[in-house]
Amino acid sequence: MEILMILLIGIIFSVSTYLILTNSLLRVILGIIMLSHGAHLLLLTLSGLKEGAPPLLGEDAGLYADPLPQALILTAIVISFGVTAFLLVLAYRTYKSHQTDKLDKLRGHADE
Amino acid sequence: MNNLLLVPILLPFIVGTILIFFKAYPRVQRWISALTTLVMLVVSFYITYIIYTDGIQTIELSGWVPPFGIVLVGDLFSSLMVILSSIVGVVCLFFAFQTISQEREKFYFYPLYLFLLTGVHGAFLTGDLFNLFVFFEVMLIASYVLIVHGGTKYQLRESFKYVVINVFASMFFIVGIAYIYGITGTLNMADIAVKVAELEQTGVLNAIAILFLIVFGMKGALFPLYFWLPNSYYGPPSAIAALFGGLLTKVGIYAIIRTFTLIFVHDPGFTHNIILFLAGGTMFFGVLGAVSQFDFKRILSYHIISQVGYMALGLGLFTPLALAGAIYYIAHHIIVKAALFLFCGATEKITGTTDLKKMSGLLKSYPALGWLFLVSAISLAGIPPLSGFFSKFALILSGIQEERYFIIFISLIVGLLTLFSMMKIFIYVFWGEETLKGEEKKKPILPLLLPILPLVALTVILGIAAEPIFSFSMEVAEQLLDPSIYINSVLKE
Repeated sequence: MEILMILLIGIIFSVSTYLILTNSLLRVILGIIMLSHGAHLLLLTLSGLKEGAPPLLGEDAGLYADPLPQALILTAIVISFGVTAFLLVLAYRTYKSHQTDKLDKLRGHADE
Repeated sequence: MNNLLLVPILLPFIVGTILIFFKAYPRVQRWISALTTLVMLVVSFYITYIIYTDGIQTIELSGWVPPFGIVLVGDLFSSLMVILSSIVGVVCLFFAFQTISQEREKFYFYPLYLFLLTGVHGAFLTGDLFNLFVFFEVMLIASYVLIVHGGTKYQLRESFKYVVINVFASMFFIVGIAYIYGITGTLNMADIAVKVAELEQTGVLNAIAILFLIVFGMKGALFPLYFWLPNSYYGPPSAIAALFGGLLTKVGIYAIIRTFTLIFVHDPGFTHNIILFLAGGTMFFGVLGAVSQFDFKRILSYHIISQVGYMALGLGLFTPLALAGAIYYIAHHIIVKAALFLFCGATEKITGTTDLKKMSGLLKSYPALGWLFLVSAISLAGIPPLSGFFSKFALILSGIQEERYFIIFISLIVGLLTLFSMMKIFIYVFWGEETLKGEEKKKPILPLLLPILPLVALTVILGIAAEPIFSFSMEVAEQLLDPSIYINSVLKE
């Protein structure tokens, strides 16, 4: 199962790298979203997939699942959700004021 | 257990939240935020005094015993950084009162400013790797908004790149955290340090060390990941640029120094040599960028890069003397760099431009501005008896003792080129024929100079009182180089 997850994460990372390197504002944002999903999945996978009972008092089991990664990922998801929302607004404002969503037209000169 | 450590984090956060409700009253916001930053400054001095007399202070949040809960740790290095950021916070705020336009002020400038300080102080004081990520994000999200604040065409274009690069680095931070959690099963920095020491730092742990170096290097503008900095710092008004130039990259440097003096210390032949190589590249290419520019703000931005290299040099040499030099240099740099950006803001207010070729002869109408600028400029270049000299001296002395002649040679050339580009600014802006007309000659400059004066005074004091300050940085460096002090006071073994 871990191997499968890691392959999936590899695919997500390569797709997001491709999207970030494209020329359009919106695709770059999609790439960032994919990248954050990949990173969160990696955090979940590397800390061990579910192996035991829920870590609750009263559960009688030999093994307990680690609750920490979920808490970490929840925090990270909230942060990346906020950043993505901001990034979308920023991209929209940039598009409005520059009348283009092509990154190579957003280069500008160093000395303006 | 000392709850005072929470004040630098919670105070700006709570006050910032309250200030959101005072959107329509800029005057109220000014007074409250000024009071907040001043209180923070006093508290940060008091915290440092306690840490200096009683040793490292920790708080276990909600009573969870480390390594299970989040801890806040105040050691000498982090409390020194909190003092420095509070000083810059106060000064830039008072400068912003004079220079920020009303429209910007109304759109939540002060709350965002305080949130930025929350994130910076949190990053300095936390003892937990994931919590460090969270505070980085608090700081970065506030900085995203501040850097695009005002929404000019230029700002929108460059902020998008700034945000994307920083989000990219943050995601790699999560990847690094995932790896280290997978291997050590803990996120408490002191506990990670214990586990890494038990595992012997080889193979995958070295790879993780480099991953963290890339992440923090991207935030701290190390070679070759500094390309985003000059363009993005050009956009926002000078008060914000000064705050960013003084503080933000130094948070990245702080994180590098923290992780590479506490956690990844067992293979310095590999990791610290890489840091040394990056330091050389950062210094050299940063200063070359500065020499090629003809814009006040851009020259200063490129100099941030070259000087971040000096700090990394101190860490790369990895001796007490070099690390003390790096800490002294961080203190000097934060103060002088903020002052120079504010001088840039003052001249921009007078002439309406930051292009060196369009300014000339300001010295005649504004002598105080010119000479005070000169003091900070030569302090940056490292002329005795100002603060820049003594910190660089310690770094170079240590480099010679370690027989790293090549990097010392580079750092000396960089010092010379720094002097050159600072003189270039001085000659273009303040010397020569006066081109100002009528109104421009009599702008009230005193309110602009007042906030900068303490910074200029501090660089002179840091230079003249080099002896006590250097012995203080020596103590900070010795505390950093002995991770067991930090580990024992967090885990209480």
